[in-house]
Amino acid sequence: MTSIGTGYDLSNSVFSPDGRNFQVEYAMKAVENGGTSIGIKCKDGIVLAVEKIINSKLLVPGKNKRIQTIDKHIGVVYSGLLPDGRHFVNRGRDEAQTFKSFYKTPISVPHLMDRLGIYVQNYTCYNSVRPFGVVSIVGGIDDDGPHLYMIEPSGACWGYTGAATGKGRQTAKSELEKLDYETITVKEAVKTAAKIIHQAHEDNKDKDYELEISWISLEETKGRHEFIPEDLLAEARKFAEEEDEEDEEEEEDDEEMES
Amino acid sequence: MNGIKVDINHLKKGEVNLGTSIMAVNFKDGVILGADSRTTTGSYIANRVTDKLTQIHDTIYCCRSGSAADTQAVADMVKYHLQIYSAQLPPNEKPTTQIAANVFQEICYNNKEHLTAGIICAGYDAKNGGSVYSIPIGGSIHKQEYAIAGSGSTFIYGWCNENYKPQMEKDDCVQFIKTALSEAIKWDGSSGGVIRMVILTKSGVERLIFYPEEYQK
Repeated sequence: MTSIGTGYDLSNSVFSPDGRNFQVEYAMKAVENGGTSIGIKCKDGIVLAVEKIINSKLLVPGKNKRIQTIDKHIGVVYSGLLPDGRHFVNRGRDEAQTFKSFYKTPISVPHLMDRLGIYVQNYTCYNSVRPFGVVSIVGGIDDDGPHLYMIEPSGACWGYTGAATGKGRQTAKSELEKLDYETITVKEAVKTAAKIIHQAHEDNKDKDYELEISWISLEETKGRHEFIPEDLLAEARKFAEEEDEEDEEEEEDDEEMES
Repeated sequence: MNGIKVDINHLKKGEVNLGTSIMAVNFKDGVILGADSRTTTGSYIANRVTDKLTQIHDTIYCCRSGSAADTQAVADMVKYHLQIYSAQLPPNEKPTTQIAANVFQEICYNNKEHLTAGIICAGYDAKNGGSVYSIPIGGSIHKQEYAIAGSGSTFIYGWCNENYKPQMEKDDCVQFIKTALSEAIKWDGSSGGVIRMVILTKSGVERLIFYPEEYQK
């Protein structure tokens, strides 16, 4: 639960009397204001999606990609302070390349997350730096199949079947909990991800948004992290908006019955 | 290229040489490594019962040829790296032979001017079964069904080529290696002593030794 840590909250790495590093908790607040991002671990791969809030009509649609790649087989999406996210991905790319140049084989996702967790935690130890202002969702496929992880400003890192962060994370999480992760395929998950983002956008409905979805699957992308094709994106967007209209119609019917 | 010369005879004065016959062979259930046991300083046999089959990990071993000091040092480094690497793997997961061989290669290539090391890295892992990797002087890496190396190997290339069969049974493979190394020892003055073997399968490690009375025909 949040409270103002008077006196112990201005300096990073300082513990409060109840054992908290307030700067890390405040970093989470920065994340909570960002656009929603989600990740879904499917039977045969990973789907990542993000609600890109459009701040200006001058921005070129389709450019300014939010979802990034580490090596070829791992994708990352994050919410919060976007520059911090880019720094995080950069480090991930370094770690992956260093591993590859020494062991001559791509890094496995749990191994990478271990390294990144240590890296992020490092920024909670010194008062000369501040913690990362992002929560990152990292998904990839390695020899053991698909993996999905979420990492917080504290460095805490857990594996998930479904993950969500950013402003609409509560809505997104409740939708994600309804999915059957044993059977869902990446093709189905792409449409579901679009729907979830659309629903989570309610928390941000005063602004416009652009949908960005990426996937990794052995069948669809040969194990590489790629953006979904334009036609699939259009289909997903249409599906998300239709589902929405259906839900609205149902609500209208209910109201009529009552009166 | 600036002409990096790698001289096979450039052991330093007094340095100990693993003039050698070593080999590793894939068979049905895994892989068998074999080596002679002679270490020489010039013509003096410094050790006639050397163990040239060194453990890198639970079921990953290497055969060493070239400078005894260089190969021992490199093997120790690879063992260290593999230990750290396996500590970071999920519980109960073991590193693959490919990882060990690639670490050997990285060290041998980056230090090629200072090393005289010809190594065969072979092991058993659950994912790939048995694998054999040859890392000759210079630091290139070659994945093979079977590999022979060392000064004595030059005399048995023809014989091995004719007599190797893929997917041999354990006893056949032991016989193959015993005969091959026996010939190599016969013709090469820098090889001799006992024939040591290490068998790596999913059941683990088995060590064998054969004395001259048995293998010398």
